[in-house]
Amino acid sequence: MYDMKALYEAENVQDAIRLRLEHPEAQIIAGGSDVLVQMREGKRAGKELISIYRIDEMRGVTLDEDENVRIGSLTSFSHITRDPIIQKYVNVLGEAVDQVGSPQIRNIGTIGGNTCNGVTSADSASTLHALEAIVELTGKNGVRRIPIRDFYIKAGQVDIRAEEGEIQTAILIPKESYENCFGKYIKYGMRNAMEIASLGCSVNVRLSPDKKYIRRCRIAYGVAGPVPMRVPSAEAVANGSRPTQAMIDEFALAVLLDIRPRDSWRASKAFRQHIAVEMARRALTEAILRAGGVIE
Amino acid sequence: MSQYKVVHCNINGQDVEKIVDVRASLTDMLRNEYHLTSVKKGCEVGECGACTVLIDGEAYNSCIYLAVWAEGKHIRTLEGLTGPNGELSDIQQAFIDETAIQCGFCTPGFILSASELLDSGKFYTDDELRKLLSGHLCRCTGYENILRAVKKTMYRRLGKEIDS
Amino acid sequence: MSEVGKRQARVDGYDKATGRTKYYEDRIPAGTLYARIRHAEKAHAIVTAVHTGKASAIPGVVRVLTCFDVPDIPFPTAGHPWSMDPGHQDVADRKLLNTHVRYWGDDVAVVIAENEVAAIQGVRALEIEYEELPFVLDQQEAMQDGAPLLHEAFPNNILKHTSSRSGDYAAAIREPGLIKVEGWYETPTVQHAHIENHGCFAWMENGRIIVVSSTQIPHIIRRVVAQALGRPWADVEIIKPYIGGGFGNKQDALYEPLCAWCSTQVGGRPVRIDCSREETFVSNRVRHAIRFHITTWLRPNATITARKIELWSNQGAYASHGHSIAAKAMGSFGQHYPCPNMECDSWTVFTNRPAAGAMRGYGMPQASFADESNIDDCARTIGMDPMEFRRLNIMPQGFHDNFSGNTNYYDTFRECMAKGAALIDYEGKRKAYADQTGNLRRGIGVATFWYNTGVYPISLETSSNRMLLNLDGTVTMQCGETEIGQGADTAYAQMTADAVGLRSYRDVRVVSCQDTDITPTGLGAYASRQTYMAGFSIRQTAELLKEKILNYAAELTRLAPDSMEIRDGAIVRREDGEVMMDLKELAMTAQYNPVHAEHITAESTYTIRSNAYSFGCTFAEVEVDIAMCKAQVIRIINVHDCGKVINPALAEAQVHGGMSMAIGYGLSEQLLFDQKTGRPLNNNLLDYKLSTFMDHPRLEGCFIENPEPTSPFGTKALGEPPACSGAPAIRNAILNATGVAIDRLPLNPHVLYAEFCKAGLIHDVWQEEGKQDV
Repeated sequence: MYDMKALYEAENVQDAIRLRLEHPEAQIIAGGSDVLVQMREGKRAGKELISIYRIDEMRGVTLDEDENVRIGSLTSFSHITRDPIIQKYVNVLGEAVDQVGSPQIRNIGTIGGNTCNGVTSADSASTLHALEAIVELTGKNGVRRIPIRDFYIKAGQVDIRAEEGEIQTAILIPKESYENCFGKYIKYGMRNAMEIASLGCSVNVRLSPDKKYIRRCRIAYGVAGPVPMRVPSAEAVANGSRPTQAMIDEFALAVLLDIRPRDSWRASKAFRQHIAVEMARRALTEAILRAGGVIE
Repeated sequence: MSQYKVVHCNINGQDVEKIVDVRASLTDMLRNEYHLTSVKKGCEVGECGACTVLIDGEAYNSCIYLAVWAEGKHIRTLEGLTGPNGELSDIQQAFIDETAIQCGFCTPGFILSASELLDSGKFYTDDELRKLLSGHLCRCTGYENILRAVKKTMYRRLGKEIDS
Repeated sequence: MSEVGKRQARVDGYDKATGRTKYYEDRIPAGTLYARIRHAEKAHAIVTAVHTGKASAIPGVVRVLTCFDVPDIPFPTAGHPWSMDPGHQDVADRKLLNTHVRYWGDDVAVVIAENEVAAIQGVRALEIEYEELPFVLDQQEAMQDGAPLLHEAFPNNILKHTSSRSGDYAAAIREPGLIKVEGWYETPTVQHAHIENHGCFAWMENGRIIVVSSTQIPHIIRRVVAQALGRPWADVEIIKPYIGGGFGNKQDALYEPLCAWCSTQVGGRPVRIDCSREETFVSNRVRHAIRFHITTWLRPNATITARKIELWSNQGAYASHGHSIAAKAMGSFGQHYPCPNMECDSWTVFTNRPAAGAMRGYGMPQASFADESNIDDCARTIGMDPMEFRRLNIMPQGFHDNFSGNTNYYDTFRECMAKGAALIDYEGKRKAYADQTGNLRRGIGVATFWYNTGVYPISLETSSNRMLLNLDGTVTMQCGETEIGQGADTAYAQMTADAVGLRSYRDVRVVSCQDTDITPTGLGAYASRQTYMAGFSIRQTAELLKEKILNYAAELTRLAPDSMEIRDGAIVRREDGEVMMDLKELAMTAQYNPVHAEHITAESTYTIRSNAYSFGCTFAEVEVDIAMCKAQVIRIINVHDCGKVINPALAEAQVHGGMSMAIGYGLSEQLLFDQKTGRPLNNNLLDYKLSTFMDHPRLEGCFIENPEPTSPFGTKALGEPPACSGAPAIRNAILNATGVAIDRLPLNPHVLYAEFCKAGLIHDVWQEEGKQDV
C-alpha cells in the first residue's frame, strides 16, 4: 500500500493537461517503475499522482509524414524492442532499451518515463542523444518540440513546463539521424541483468557509399556527467576520417576531453574514464562493422 | 479521506470486481482482496520478481503496478495455471521433476515468466532463456535446474529432442 | 527396497509448484496490526529523546513504543542451543529497542497501527534527538586504544580473543633455507539475501504468547523470546511455517522478541512485523568480514613446516553468534594443511556496523578464501602446480582431530580433486593457458575445503522424533529439525521409509510445520546438521515403532515378534517371507480392537556425541577481459564427499545453490558503508550484486560417496559446504589467467581495475602525473 495522497487518472492527453493544471503539485506517473519506488522510499511519500498510464493514444511506434520515427511516450521498452519499425530503422535503440533492468521492468517501463526522470543512467538516453532525438511536449498551448540535449537541464530536471500543463507525448528520431546509420550501445554494469549502468556509451555512424570514410559519427554517454552527453571532441576525430585502428584509438582517447565522470561509491572517476575509452573503442568498431565497413 | 475505486478485471479466467483503495498495488489487491497468496513479496520495488503476474499475457512485477490499472485487464497468477481438479500444467510438473524448487518462494513468479515465454511457441537458445528469466532472483537453486525445467518443457512443446 | 539414495521428487513439490504453500505472511489473519520499526540514522549515538506526538496523532496509529519503554532486559540472539554452563552462554547485549544505538539501522522505536500506511507515516513522523558519538567501522581500528567503545564490558571492543599453538613456531622458522610466503587476505560483508524477508506475527491466547515466524530455529526462538520478555519459557509458543530461505540469517532471534512484546503492549492483539528488503540487509544479520594475515614457511621440497595465522573478524554492533565464527575459521587451517608448528590467533571485534551472525559456511568461506589463496601463492612461489602442491600438503587419509573426534577415513581430498580435475581437464587447461598474451585470457583454478557436521562437541547435539502409525498404514513423522528449502523433509521421508520398512517415501507424512507446543524438541536447521542428526533419532524411533508394531502383530498372529519384520509396508514372516498382513490392516485392527485398542506411536530423543568431516573442492575456469576489468566464470564444478547421498537430485540442487552463492561472494557481492557516516549504501537488490540468471555458467555438482561410519545412514554435511570453496577457486583461476594474485573479495571490476593497473596490465597514460586534465 503506497503512502499516496490522491490519484488522478487521465483518460487522454487533454485530460492529462487539465489535471496537470488543476493539480500543479502532483507528480506524473507513467509506468511507475521509478515513481512508485521513490514513493515507497519516502522521497515522494504523501504526494498526489496523476496517472497517464492508461492513455493508449500515447503508445506505439509510427513513421510520420517526414519519415521520422515517432515513438509514443508510453511505449514500453519491450514493445520498442519488438517493434518492426524500430528494428528496421533504429535497431540500436531497441537493443539499448532491451538492457534496461529486467523483462518485467521492460514491460512496464516507458521511454517517456525513462527520459522525463532526467537521470544520467537511463539506458535509452545516450542512444537518443546519439540519434539527436526530438522530444515532443504537449501542453495547454499545443505542441512544443525540442532537441533532446536541450530537454535535459540538470540531474533530475528536464524541460517540462508544469505551469503550461505539459506532458511528454512522443520522442521522434529524425530521418537524418537514422538513414543509412548503424549504431552500437554498450552498457557497462557490474552484472548482466537487473542492473543500473555504471556507464553507457552509444555510437552511431554513417559511412560513405564506398564504405571508405565515416560521413557522420555521433557518440553519447550516460553517467559520464550529471546528464547524458554528446562527445564532440571524439566525433570531430571520426567525422570525415577513414576507419583505421589508429583513428579509432584517437577517437577513444578524445572522449576524455569532454566527459566529466565523478567519483562515487558506485565507481571511481578513474575507473569510469578507463572504461569510457574502452567502450568508445569497442562501440565505434562495432558500429563501423555493422555499417559494412572494414577497420583498416 | 481515503479514495476508493471499483476495479473490474478478469483474474484466472473469471470476471471479477472489487472496491479497491487507490493506494493499493496489484500485489496488495491480489493477496488481500482475492487471497491469491502465490503472489509473493520479496522487495516491493520490482527487483526480485517474486510478485510477478501475467497481465494480458505479459509478465509484470505486481508490486509496482497500481491495482487500479488492472481495470479491464486479464490477469493470471500461478493459481490460474493449475487445472480445476488440481492438475498441473507441464511447466509446473517440470519444476517438480527437475528439482527446480527449493524454498519455493521465487517459484510462482518463475513459473509465470516461463509460461509466458513457452506460450510464445518460439524456440530460444540457453542464453535467450537466461535473459527472459533474468527478472527473477533465486538464492537456493543457482538457477541451474530452473533453466533445465523450462528448456525441457520448451523442447517437449516444440516436439524437439533435447540435446543434453 | 531402499528409498535412500534415490532421486525422488520433493514431498512439498506439488504445493510449491501451485503456489499453495503457506509462508508466515500467508497465515496472517485479517485485522492484524502493523508494527514498523524506526531505525537509527546514526552509526553511534545515545538517543536522548523520542518525540512521539506527531506520530501518535496520525489516524490509525494505535501505539508508539520507544527505547525508553522497553523492559530493562538485555538478551542474547544467537541460535545456539542453551547451555547450562553460564560461561558458555551467548552474550546478552541488546534490548528490544536501544537508547545506545550502535549502528546505522539499530532499533529505536516502533509504531503500531491499524494499517500499513499509518504505520509508515507514524515511523516517519517520529522525531529523535541524538547525542552523537564517534564511530568505527574497521575491526582493527576498533581495537586501538581510544577507539569508540561499543560495549563497556568489552575493552578495546574485543568480544573475544583465542589462540592455539602447536610445535614451536619461533624455533621452526629459524631453519635455514625456508621460503616465506606471506599475505593479507580480506573478505567482505555480505548478506544472505533469501528471497523471503524475515517477518513474524504474534498474539496472546489464554495468557500465553504465540509467535508465527519465518525462522530456522523455532525451539531456540521460544527460549529467546521468553528471555527477552522476562517470562517463563513455557509461556511462549513458536510456530514455524514454510520459509522462503534462511541461510543462517534466520538462525538468530530477529524480530520475534520485539513482535511478541508489541502484542503484549496492545492487549494481546495480533501484531505483525514484516522486514523490508532494506531492513533485511542492515537490521538482520550479515556475514562476518574477516581480515587474515598468513605467514607460511616452506621447505625447498614444498612441504609446509610452519604457519602463523592471525585473523580479525568484524562482529558489527552486537554479539549474535560472536566468536564462534572466527574460532571455526581459525580452527580450519591446522586441519586443512596440517603442519607441525603453528601459531594461530583470532579476534572478534565490535564495530559500528550491522551485527554479523551465522551465514552458510559459518567462517569457512572466509577461511577458505584466505587459506586457498595463500596455498596457491605458495605453489607459485616455489614453481609448483597448485593442485600438486595441495596433494602433497593437504589433510592425509587417517588424519584425526582430537577435539572433534573426527577422522579422515578415506583419501577423500585427493579423490575429490582427481574427479574434478578429470571432468574439467585441469592438466590440459593448465598447459593451454600457460603463456597467454592479449586482452582476453583464460585461466583455471582449484580450491578445497573441509567442513564439520553439526556443532558437537562445542554445543549440544540432540534430535527428537515422533512417529505415528496411521490407519492407512502410512507413518506420520515429526521432528524439530526444520525444512528451510533445502529439502530436509524429503530426506526424512526417505530415511523413515527405509528405517520403518515402508513401500515408498510417499508413505511417510512429514509434518513440516514446527509448533513448539506440539513438535518434539529439536534444535533447528543450522551447521549442516539436519540429515546427519535427524538420522540418529529417525533410526532409533523407527526401531521403537517397529517393536510396537511387531508386538501387536504377535498378538494377532501368535508368532514371536522376533520372527517377523516389516518389509514394503507389510508384516512378513522372516522364515519364508510370507506376508502376514499389511500395515493398514494392523493399524485398523489395533485402533478399533474392542479388547486391546492401541494407537501405535513412538517417540524418542537421541543425543548425538559425534561429528563428521565433510570434504570437497571447486574447479573454476574463467575468462578475463582485462581492458573491461571483468572476469567471467565459464565453467565451474564442485565435487563433494558428503558421505552417502540420501537424494541425489536434491543434493545436486543444493550444491548448485551453494555454488551460486560462492560465485556472488567471489565476484560481486559486498555490502558497502559510507565511511563518513556509517550509513549503508547499497541495501537493496539493485545495488547489492546478487548473481542473476545471466551471471552463471552451467553449474556442475558431483559426489564421491564415501560412507560416513558414525551415521546410521552413512551421511554427513552438505548444506553449507557448497558455498565454501568457489570464491578462492575463481581467485586462483584469475591468477592463472593473468598472473595477478588478488587478495580481497569480491573480484569485481573496481578491484580488477586497481589490481591490473598495479600489475601493469592496464596502462592509462592520461592517469600519469600532470595529465589528469587531457
